[in-house]
Amino acid sequence: MSPFWKKEKKSDAENIAEMQTASPAAAEEKTDAAQPEITVKPAEAEAEVKEMAAAKPKVLTAVMSGCTGCLISLVDNYDILLDLLDAIDYRYETTLADVRQIPDDQMDIAIVHGSICLQDKRQVDDIRKIRQNSTFLVAMGGCASSGCVTRYSVGGQAATPSHESFVPVANLVKVDFALPGCPTGPEVIANTILAAVGADLEYLKPLAELAGFACGCDLLTKIIGNGLCIGCGTCAMSCPTRAIDMDYGRPHVNQELCIKCGACYAQCPRSFEPTFEMIEKRVMGVE
Amino acid sequence: MVLGKYLDIMTVKTTDKTLQKYSQDGGIVSSLLIHALETGVIEGAIVAMPTDEPWNPEPYVATTPEEIIAAAGTKYVLCPLNNALKIAARENGLDKIGMVGMHCLTYAVRKMQLYPFGARHLPNKMALLLGIFCTENFSYTGIKAIVEELHKVNIEHVQKMDVSKGKMIVTSNMGERVEVPVKLTHSYVQPGCYICPDLTARTADISTGSIGSPDGWSTVMPRTKVGKDLFQSAVDMGLFETKPIDPGKFGMEMLTRLAQNKWDRSEKTRAERAEIGLPNPF
Repeated sequence: MSPFWKKEKKSDAENIAEMQTASPAAAEEKTDAAQPEITVKPAEAEAEVKEMAAAKPKVLTAVMSGCTGCLISLVDNYDILLDLLDAIDYRYETTLADVRQIPDDQMDIAIVHGSICLQDKRQVDDIRKIRQNSTFLVAMGGCASSGCVTRYSVGGQAATPSHESFVPVANLVKVDFALPGCPTGPEVIANTILAAVGADLEYLKPLAELAGFACGCDLLTKIIGNGLCIGCGTCAMSCPTRAIDMDYGRPHVNQELCIKCGACYAQCPRSFEPTFEMIEKRVMGVE
Repeated sequence: MVLGKYLDIMTVKTTDKTLQKYSQDGGIVSSLLIHALETGVIEGAIVAMPTDEPWNPEPYVATTPEEIIAAAGTKYVLCPLNNALKIAARENGLDKIGMVGMHCLTYAVRKMQLYPFGARHLPNKMALLLGIFCTENFSYTGIKAIVEELHKVNIEHVQKMDVSKGKMIVTSNMGERVEVPVKLTHSYVQPGCYICPDLTARTADISTGSIGSPDGWSTVMPRTKVGKDLFQSAVDMGLFETKPIDPGKFGMEMLTRLAQNKWDRSEKTRAERAEIGLPNPF
């Protein structure tokens, strides 16, 4: 499957032309001409669907403590959402599928969003069960990968005052791949799922390093502090709360606004560098 | 291959007399951006626009040829252009964004297209990346110190800066021309530049720079289909005068040698960093 950004966008004019040719009258004629002939019996069709599903990787998306914005971000893959859903066998999903319990069977890819509340026994049990039952565990979004804004919860709030420790998934179980950002970009979610489906470790490898504590100060400690900053402004661009200003070519992080989502450090061209070959092949279309 | 992958390489200059007056060398970047704007390849471009503070440009989303011409000419100073990507997409509402930048900026955009953690729906909006040859860059205080302490010219009076044949040349608005060996400026270079391996912006759609071409001309390297098509259509419309690049000492040889130097400098820097226990990003 070609990456998201390679998909050619149709212009408005083309879309209109397409709509006009597919007018209701034309559609009616077509259905009249080609009467649907049922050659496959329902039972057979069902068996076939089951067989096809069996060949696809089994995926679940579990929500912990978060706003589910990252799930919306996943759905925000407009053009390729159906392709994406077609590539996987979606077993558990709180907004797209009508399943109420996290299934007990073995999963190929478990996607977790939201941080884990240590005082919520169900979440702690769930995340341990998910880890045990899955091959790859993806921490999708800031809360799951670094704690993000839920880090600022200190307990004492209404309904459950005892819920006070919200930690990244990696604090409790091993996270294979983390996607920082609040919410993390729709395209990077799609790319990661497709890479996990195709066991594309070249793409996934850098994501293994991104789980755990994150903050705008990573730019100071890990980038500027290591003599790596080049003043490109990518960190400031990626910040969801506009906490970063560029002053004379260096990021200045406003700690009052930083929600510790980890997007700035992950997006920095000097945090991890994809190879030139990868960029040429996957983005530029140059062989 | 130190020059990266490219589809073509040649020596080019613009035929537009106005652009020749304002541009750094061959007027390639300004001409291509205006051409892309007029043919609908891009709806706007992110450029380094001069501000009230002399030689301290700011990222700016240019949507008219006039704005692009206003930003023409090289500024040897940091300008966080990538910061304007989201502004272009969200505030200006552009679907097809163009950008011009050195290797670090174009590479950062490519990484963003590959891993858009904090860049929702930006990857497919990047329509054109123009790359500029670059050996190193300076902070604003750095370039100010170079111009005022080495060239002895007040930065407010600088008309044009240029690096050519191992010399950093400053022309003042009084017409005075001061040359200083580039070597003397090295202590002002931004530290992050030493680890950079690439001279010719290999991840851009089209790369351009003065190295390898005579004065008033630029070397142009279309690298992707988008870049080649755009450049070809500009040539077909008579916007550029082209000739084959000189294969000799001041052409291909010099370009390859300087690119190799930067590649070697990066390897050396990485080895030195590893020795004192610093992490390397690649």
